[in-house]
This record gives sequence, structure tokens and C-alpha cells, in this order.
Amino acid sequence: MIRIENLGKNFTLHNQGSAVIPVMEGANLTVSSGECVALTGVSGSGKSTLMRMIYGNYLAQTGHIWVGDTDVAKAEPREILALRRETLGYVSQFLRVVPRVPTLDVVAEPLLAIGTPVDQARDRARTLLAQLNIPERLWSLSPTTFSGGEQQRVNIARGFAHDYPALLLDEPTASLDATNREVVLSLIEAAKARGAAIVGIFHDEPARNRVADREVDVTGYTPGLAA
Amino acid sequence: MSDYNFAYLDEQTKRMIRRAILKGLAIPGYQVPFASREMPMPYGWGTGGVQVSAAILTPDDCMKVIDQGADDTTNAVSIRKFFEKTAEIETTEATNAASVIQTRHRIPEEPLREDQVLVYQVPIPEPLRFLEPRETETRKMHSLEEYGLMHVKLYEDIAKHGAIATSYAYPVKVEGRYVMDPSPIPKFDNPKLEMAAIQLFGAGREQRIYALPPYTKVVSLDFEDFPFEASKADHACDLCGADAAYLDELIIDDAGGRMFVCSDTDFCQTRRAAGHIGAQGAPFEEAAQ
Amino acid sequence: MTPLLQVRDIAKFYGHRMGCTGVGFDLYPGEVMGIVGESGSGKSTLLNCLAGHLVPDQGRVMFDTRTEGPRDTVTMSEPERRMLSRTDWAFVHQHARDGLRMGVSAGGNVGERLMAVGARHYGDIREQAVDWLGRVEISEDRIDDRPSAFSGGMQQRLQIARNLVTGPRLVFMDEPTGGLDVSVQARLLDLLRGLVREMGLSAIIVTHDLAVVRLLADRLMVMKDGHVVESGLTDQVLDDPQHAYTQLLVSSVLQV
Repeated sequence: MIRIENLGKNFTLHNQGSAVIPVMEGANLTVSSGECVALTGVSGSGKSTLMRMIYGNYLAQTGHIWVGDTDVAKAEPREILALRRETLGYVSQFLRVVPRVPTLDVVAEPLLAIGTPVDQARDRARTLLAQLNIPERLWSLSPTTFSGGEQQRVNIARGFAHDYPALLLDEPTASLDATNREVVLSLIEAAKARGAAIVGIFHDEPARNRVADREVDVTGYTPGLAA
Repeated sequence: MSDYNFAYLDEQTKRMIRRAILKGLAIPGYQVPFASREMPMPYGWGTGGVQVSAAILTPDDCMKVIDQGADDTTNAVSIRKFFEKTAEIETTEATNAASVIQTRHRIPEEPLREDQVLVYQVPIPEPLRFLEPRETETRKMHSLEEYGLMHVKLYEDIAKHGAIATSYAYPVKVEGRYVMDPSPIPKFDNPKLEMAAIQLFGAGREQRIYALPPYTKVVSLDFEDFPFEASKADHACDLCGADAAYLDELIIDDAGGRMFVCSDTDFCQTRRAAGHIGAQGAPFEEAAQ
Repeated sequence: MTPLLQVRDIAKFYGHRMGCTGVGFDLYPGEVMGIVGESGSGKSTLLNCLAGHLVPDQGRVMFDTRTEGPRDTVTMSEPERRMLSRTDWAFVHQHARDGLRMGVSAGGNVGERLMAVGARHYGDIREQAVDWLGRVEISEDRIDDRPSAFSGGMQQRLQIARNLVTGPRLVFMDEPTGGLDVSVQARLLDLLRGLVREMGLSAIIVTHDLAVVRLLADRLMVMKDGHVVESGLTDQVLDDPQHAYTQLLVSSVLQV
């Protein structure tokens, strides 16, 4: 489902004397449907960078990123937009909040974007929010005033609203208590069971051990850190 | 022959105006620019109508001049005298005896014939002017047939007054193409715009001439659910009893007494001569003239 | 899929001064393209060239018309272009006054485009006007008020309603939130997001405010001195800027 070949990336900081910082070289990775791969490595080793590159948020200088039939590294913007809508989901570490939109609609949005009828989309959103223990009285409020943990759970609900064939999860259990951690892990397991290919970053070792089928250490792909 | 050119204007000017008239007749409702001349009356006193009349009069014509339907107001009298002096033509007050009728703001009640010409005095020829002040823009709107704004004006009327409040200078669509201002005639007169006579419109200050050939299709603008109504006061003429003519309301004393009288003086007179008497009328007396 | 708009090689000069040059991109149905840059970057010039307000000195703007397939709007006749801008296109001005008739009621403003394409039933027109005023969150009882009696934010929302009533497929916006209070901006952007998604609109938005493009635009073009220096997905251009100027722009934004 996801196949990364010889991926490389540099950052060129023009406003700091054009310093060129290589952050990735020769990365290879394959993730099959129903498989969860955990990215590991020390902080700053490029785990989030790799994830953002798969999503198309960061540009790749060399190599290929195949998600299904699309090479994200070379695709047209509209192809990536379509991919993000239908195929590739991303739960980032922080919820980017749009002011004034109620939580229910924040979670329902991915479904609305693919044309799901409003009522159906909202029903699914309600189910997920209930599962993640967000009190119903908060559903009509914007998440701007929620706590970090609550925002993270809204973020996760949004990521799981649509059954993406491929999912990227960046620290999905951070800031969560034991109960909610359990809910998120079972959501991940359910996604695997229906055939999703998942790439995740889990600093939480027990969580990682529970859902990851494989671990990939990205230190080997980071120039300056390897060897 | 008088000291003037026939009907005051020189022959070159008359030629220029006639060309404009012909163009106007060829494109019904389209405003043709023309080089309006200095006339011996100020702008706003009918210079457009006078120039058009001057350009079309021949020595055999018989001319009638009315102002708000009456032959005897100052303006009508002045213009009639003007042409008597400069063209030495016959003049009349009888509608059916005239071959050229110059009018300010009314159409005679008596239906006109194919051998007659009706010349209108026009203040503002552009129907869109009050909504769109730019001449450059209104010219484009006419040429591209962009008339949505005209209906906006009618929409605003209905929103504000519950009905289309425009009661005079009611805009019309000519032959399904140009929107035209028929000059400030009451909307009651709009249906008469489809007639057998030639109609010419002259605006002296604004320098435009437009025309309606005989039997041209003229439709007053409206909405499907607010159709056009040629309405008038719900009275009959107090002098001659006519109930289908446009009436003027006259205050006759300081106690609020009023009477309604036909605005078309010749029409009223003709009816009274034929024996019709209204609620406040006396039998017609030749001597009373 | 045919692109809704194919722009090639657009250039506009003011005498010897260059307004913009070498601009080309494809826009697909449902995509929102942001154009950012500072004052003098050429972004407004570009927008006006695309929307037919200025004639470019060079280049093509191929719009996929409903009835005749892709047509070059630069060489189109003026009547056709004017018809297009009343039906399939919309233009939201920075100052609502430029996009509204201040002497006409709110209902009349919204109804004008309908009447311009032949609507002749007062009741229907008014009903549609009420519907649209509701969608832009203007209370129904303001339908007969003049825009001069509205606040800036309301005027802008009225402008949007007026433009969208004929269901255009492409909306051009020039600094749609410029000059509005922050809370009013938020409300307006929210409204635009919803409408864009609901109506499947494509839009080209010119702004100097990066937060606006983050929220509304799928794709982004960065302009400097009349050239497009970088383009791509909005989040990619803002999170991983490649060009020196983009990097400067992004790093200059204050974090609140």
C-alpha cells in the first residue's frame, strides 16, 4: 500500500547564508495493507519529517513515495488533494483549530469532503466522540477552548472518521489517560483489521508494542546521525 | 416668405436632423445622437421637439401644439406662434385636422392616423440614467442588451410601495430589443404607443433623437406577478363625462373643492360640442370661447 | 478531467514597468488557489487580468465554458465576457462598495443578477434573495435596507450573496477580508469555506494574509516583483518553503 524508495531530502535555508541541511538519504520502507509500522529513532532523527513527506506536506528531493498508485513525490497538487481526501489520512500531533466551527462538524468534515450526506457524517462523528469520551455538551462548541488532551481526542476522531486505506499517526496517544489510550489503540486495531496500512510514531513503548507489527529505525536514513 | 429659413433652421441642420430621424426609425427605440442647435428658447422648454418639428415640416402641413394635453398653455401658445412666424404654416387645435402634432408629456386621446406625425418633447432620454449615472456604461448596456438594472428599479418600487410606483415615464421595451423612455407621459398613455402614426422623440439638451415607426411593438416592463396596469383616477370628466380619458385634477376653491377635467382640451371640447355633459358641465356654448 | 481554467504565459506591462509576467497554471473544479505576495508583487494585476478587468499584453486564459468547451477569455468578444462575469464568474472586491449598488436595497442587490439573466417573477426573486441573505447570515428583516446602513462585515457578506446567487463556478476574490475586524474576518472566512465546499466552487484568492490562505486555499502561488517564485499545495509551501522569498515571508508571520 505504501512504498518508499530511495527517499532523500535537504532543507536549504536561504536566509541563513543558504545553509543546506540534508535530513534524509536513501530511505526505503514498505507497508502492506493491514500492517502497522512504527517509526523509531532519537528525537530529531526525522520520524515526523518522513511522515510529512508521505503526506506531501514536505517536498522530497530524490526518490519515490508510492501510496497506492500515486507517487506523492512527483504527483500534481490535485492528485495529492484527492489522495488526502479519499485514501491517506493523517493525525498530526496538534489539532489545528478553525475558529467558530463546532467540534461535531470538525470531526464530520472528512466525510463531508468525500460527499457523505450531512446526517450520516454527523452520526459517525457522534459515535467517535462518544467512544473517545468527549462529553456531549462540548460537541456544539469549537475546540479552541478545550484542554490539550481533549483537542488531541478530537483530532483523532477526525482522523478516524473516514475509513482511510492508509493512515499516518504522529504520537496518537500523547496526552491521553489510560482509558482513552485504550480507546485509541482499539481504533488502530480495528483499522488494521479492515486492511488499512498504518505508519505511526509512538514514544509510548507499551502502545507501540501493542499495535506495531514492525519497527523501522529512521536513524539509518539520517545523514549525520548514522554511523 | 419670412426673414427666416423655412421653420427657422438652416437647410444643412435640417438635413443632419433628418438623417438622425431616419436612423432612429430604422432602429426603433435606439437613441441617435445629434448636434442640437442653439434655439431661441432655453433648454428645458422643448428645444428637442422644436428641432424635430422644424426638420420635418413642409409648407402644406397643419400643426397642433399641446402641453400636458392643453393647446392654451403659455408654452403651447409660444411654440405654435413660433412656427406660424418662421414657417407660415396653418395651425389648429383640432387633433384630427393636424398633420404634425408636437406634444409635451401627453398623447392625444383621439387615435392618430397613418398620415400624422407625433413629435414628443423629451427631458431625459436615457431610461437607465437614474440607476447608472455613467453614459459610457449605459451605452454599453443598451448595445449588449443588459437590462437587468431596469427591473431592479421596478423591484425596488414593489419592495417599497407594494406596487410598481412609476406613474409616468414608464419604461418600455421596443420590438423586443431596446428599452426606451417614452418621455414623461402618464403610464395611462403607454398602451397608445402602439399606433398608426409615426412617433418622433427629441431631446435638445441631451442631444438625442429616437423614433417609433407605425405599428411598432411597444411593451411596458413589468413582473409576471405584478403586471402593468394603465391606471388613471377613478372618475369621469366633470365637464364632458368621459370616463376613459386621462384627467387633470383641479382645485377650484380654498375649501377643498375639486373637479376632474379631461387633460386633452380638444378631446373634451369635441365631446361637449357633440352634446356630452359631465357632472359639473354646462351645455356647450360657442360664444363662451 | 478538463481543467476549469488554464492560464498560460500571462504578462502585463504598464509602459516599461512590468506588472506581472510568465504566469501559468491549471485550476480544476472545486480547487481554491491562493495568490500571496506583498504590495507591488503583481498579484492584483494578475487577478484583474484573469477576471477580464485588464487586458493582458500576452497570454491565454482558457475557461471551460458550459456550452462551448474551453474558450480563451482574453480574445473573447466583450458581450460574451460580460455575460460570463454575470453568470459563471463572480468577483468579490476588497471594498464592498465597489461590488454593490449602494443606492439599491439588499434584496435588489441580490436579485440583480437574477433579473439580468431574465428572472421576471417578483415573488420568486424575493424568495431567492431571502434564502441567500440567510446563507450569508444576514437577517431576513434587512432585505429592504440599503447597504449604506450595513456594517463593513455585513456589506462584504452581501457582496458574496450578490455574486453567488447565479451559481457561478469560478470566484475571484481580491483581499476579501481586508479592512475587516478580526472577529468579522473569522466569520467571513468560515462562511466562504462552507460555501466553497457546498457549492463545489473554484476560487482564486489574492491576499497578503497567510492565515487566510491557510484556511481557504488548497494551493498557493507566491509572487514577488511580478513573478511567481513558488507554487504548490498550501500546507507544503507554508511548512516547507523552498524559495528564499517564501522562507522570508513565512518566517515573518507573527505567532499569536
